[in-house]
Amino acid sequence: MKPTDIGSPDYFHKVVDCQWACPAHTPVPEYIRLIAQGRYADAYMINWESNVFPGILGRTCDRPCEPACRRGRVEENQGEKPEPVAICRLKRVAADYKGDVKSRLPRPAAKKNGKRVVCVGGGPASLTVARDLAPLGYSVTIFEADARAGGMIRTQIPKFRLPESVIDEEVGYVLDLDVDFRPNHRVESLKELLGHGYDAVFVGSGAPRGRDLDVPGREEAAKHIHVGIEWLASVSFGHITRVGRRVIVLGGGNTAMDCCRSARRLGGEDVKVIVRSGYEEMKASPWEKEDAVHEGIPILNFLVPKAFVHDRGRLTGMTFEKVQAVYDDKGRRSLVPTGEPEQRFECDEVLVAVGQENAFPWIERDTGVEFDKWGMPVLDPATLQSTLPSVFFGGDAALGPKNIIWAVAHGHDAAISIDRFCRGEDVAVRPPALMNLVSQKMGIHEWIYDNQIVPDARNRVPLKELTIALKDIRQEVELGFDPELAWKEAQRCLNCDAQTVFVPKLCIECDACVDICPMDCITFTADGEEADVRARLSAPARNPAQDLYVGAGLKTGRIMAKDEDVCLHCGLCAERCPTGAWDMQKSFIEMTHAGPGCREGAAPRKAA
Amino acid sequence: MTYLAKPKLHHPDLPANALGFTRRDYEGTISTLCAGCGHDSISAAIIQACWELAIQPHRVAKLSGIGCSSKTPTYFLDKSHGFNSVHGRMPSVLTGANLANRDLIYLGVSGDGDSASIGLGQFAHSMRRGVNMTYIVENNGVYGLTKGQFSATADRGSKSKRGAVNTDEGIDLAILALQLGATYVARSFSGDKEQLVPLIKGALTHPGAAFIDVVSPCVAFNNHEGSTRSYDYVRNHNEAVNRLDVITMHREITAEYPPGSVQEVHQHDGSLLRLRKLSEDYDSSSRISAMSYVQSRYAHGEIVTGLLYVEPGAGDLHASLGTVDRPLNELGEKELCPGSAALAKFNASLR
Repeated sequence: MKPTDIGSPDYFHKVVDCQWACPAHTPVPEYIRLIAQGRYADAYMINWESNVFPGILGRTCDRPCEPACRRGRVEENQGEKPEPVAICRLKRVAADYKGDVKSRLPRPAAKKNGKRVVCVGGGPASLTVARDLAPLGYSVTIFEADARAGGMIRTQIPKFRLPESVIDEEVGYVLDLDVDFRPNHRVESLKELLGHGYDAVFVGSGAPRGRDLDVPGREEAAKHIHVGIEWLASVSFGHITRVGRRVIVLGGGNTAMDCCRSARRLGGEDVKVIVRSGYEEMKASPWEKEDAVHEGIPILNFLVPKAFVHDRGRLTGMTFEKVQAVYDDKGRRSLVPTGEPEQRFECDEVLVAVGQENAFPWIERDTGVEFDKWGMPVLDPATLQSTLPSVFFGGDAALGPKNIIWAVAHGHDAAISIDRFCRGEDVAVRPPALMNLVSQKMGIHEWIYDNQIVPDARNRVPLKELTIALKDIRQEVELGFDPELAWKEAQRCLNCDAQTVFVPKLCIECDACVDICPMDCITFTADGEEADVRARLSAPARNPAQDLYVGAGLKTGRIMAKDEDVCLHCGLCAERCPTGAWDMQKSFIEMTHAGPGCREGAAPRKAA
Repeated sequence: MTYLAKPKLHHPDLPANALGFTRRDYEGTISTLCAGCGHDSISAAIIQACWELAIQPHRVAKLSGIGCSSKTPTYFLDKSHGFNSVHGRMPSVLTGANLANRDLIYLGVSGDGDSASIGLGQFAHSMRRGVNMTYIVENNGVYGLTKGQFSATADRGSKSKRGAVNTDEGIDLAILALQLGATYVARSFSGDKEQLVPLIKGALTHPGAAFIDVVSPCVAFNNHEGSTRSYDYVRNHNEAVNRLDVITMHREITAEYPPGSVQEVHQHDGSLLRLRKLSEDYDSSSRISAMSYVQSRYAHGEIVTGLLYVEPGAGDLHASLGTVDRPLNELGEKELCPGSAALAKFNASLR
């Protein structure tokens, strides 16, 4: 096998599973350590640099980091249910306890650079573009159809999950950078916008159209049937304050979960979610499903809606066909009717949350921005540039409905593209991430990081008592970790950025590291092909998504192969190494954002 | 050494043996020896061997004397019986324990100072009596605890860390064991677990006096140029004569070997020792040729490793003394006090 090149910025980045999985590549272990030290403002700033909305994301993020978290893998088959570190909710702790960070935020540019950028839509993607570009001197204008900035963060996420004050604060940090925010201004024509001579246009208009359900009775009972995201927006703006006693929510995504939980708070006593698929295959995040079930909302599955039942326009119920999942030999699923009689559920109101669509009625088809057969803009996925070079897309508008953290990641990428584009540089050239390795050794048994592995199970976030929580839709249901609980949870983090760095020429092959490794990660063995080596390790490496760290040049001609999969980063290999061939070194990986670092001729960035 | 306990978490796929234990269940507390000490590898090999044999930890008695080596029983089998005895006196204490309770598996752990200097006589008599035990010497050729003076097993002509040359002849404990009648004699290297683990398994299942001399480099005082116990020296001068597979009754035998290349030894307990020959003219069933081979290779600077000698029909001290076949603690009043008639009969036999 080829010896591992640890100089490649991606190698150790991949070992930090959470950071690698985060679309914005937030340095998670770094901020978790800061939280454990009570340095909340520092932890917040690390987040703010990477993901712009720590307080918002700490309550609402889709958390791709958590399924990736190594803690979940290493806890398998021993004792408690394996669970990742509560990364998302620790992020909220940083936001809750940070105090005043205004002095640490960038200031509006002292001098404009003469370039004008316009963002369509005031959601997370556009706000990220504005945050990255405005301090550099760009004049950024944001057009937003609603009265206030935030986009789906403000309209679709119920206030019991995300208080208005948190949105105002973090959106405010961006708008305070001297961004020209134009509320109540729906852009009706791209052509007209282009006519104003902006240097670049960023389209962050989201996926604003909720999919409807066209089955018999839809028109007749229209008064009692609502499309989910529109209904949530009306609730958010206070246009809707009541709902019928019996409510059916159709759909299995996170929007459906927000709908049913909102309905419970607006007078819905008998609220149920009905989905076509099975419970496991539902699109909603597992924790959102759990939260709904916790609030007494049953989720009924394998039921396909057939008709709205009404009495001269007054909705009385819905009928469903029972189906089952059948898989063909390629593993593709189809839902086949079981032949059981139709099921009928009584209801007064129905919320349809069966998906969202993109819609660009305001982009004329002859502007040069091309669309594919699904009506989505044709984009370079890395640069987010459309076929009209000055127009860029991001967030749900770019690649279909995803989530806030993806919108932020798109915003960063588009800002880099726009920065390079406005300077006449090739947007296809992307800046490398900064990677820095620093030894954590302080003494013979002392490391800068806390290398003791705690056996604790995941800590639950305390909730407000249900009877109180259900009374008021603006009452935040999660209380968040307090500092003590946050410290406990932070201790579960394995510090995966404390990397095991191996120097073959120092190794005397005494086996001390092999013997001490609690996870049997390390093997000294004859060289061979990767598949062969993987099978010959102390513990077979069955997770091909995780690399083998290979060191060659040992005196016996063998190789050192370390399976990164379940390494605890406890540092015992380095503590037991008599020659210092193993060292624990912190890898700090930071993405390069728009600015001097992303441009031609930029000096290689060095970490402070 | 480390201040932290080894985390309890283990590999998610760590296998369990027939008793349902993982290898981690056979560990002890974390080692306080110097980082890189060969002794820690021997502890790991003992853990592996006991796990593979699915030995019930509470059926093992581990005994040791004094020295770095004799600290190691703390670092393995923390659910077994342990006795840290006086310097060099492990063999006597073990012999006594063995006579009192013959049902336990006896593991004596000692070092070159403990066995070749202060305890040489103890070592000799436990071997010649054939005490049923596994006697492991962790042999690094120096007194590590007192900063690296030559021990009695250091080779003549080898250099200390400070450059002094050893002028005394070294004692080869394996040769002594062969001469003194041990029925299972092996030599191995702490840095070669593939060889060492089966040798320990073979010794643990051997029903007589089993001796293993394990060359175990001292990283602090004997791992330099000029040493004959360093990792590099042993790797370059290690002549393995065979590879051992220990096949317990429960395991099926599947591998096939060309005729003449394998020597099989059936032991009392039903286990099978299968020796794959690496050196064609080596015969591990002959005590005399074993001694002569080891010494002739030593004259060439080579360290012969492997299972040097094994006696298939080995017996032990209990057999030669004709002792009662149950542990003393299981004997009740009836057996211990057979009555005045039996006493009269016994007295009459002496008249």
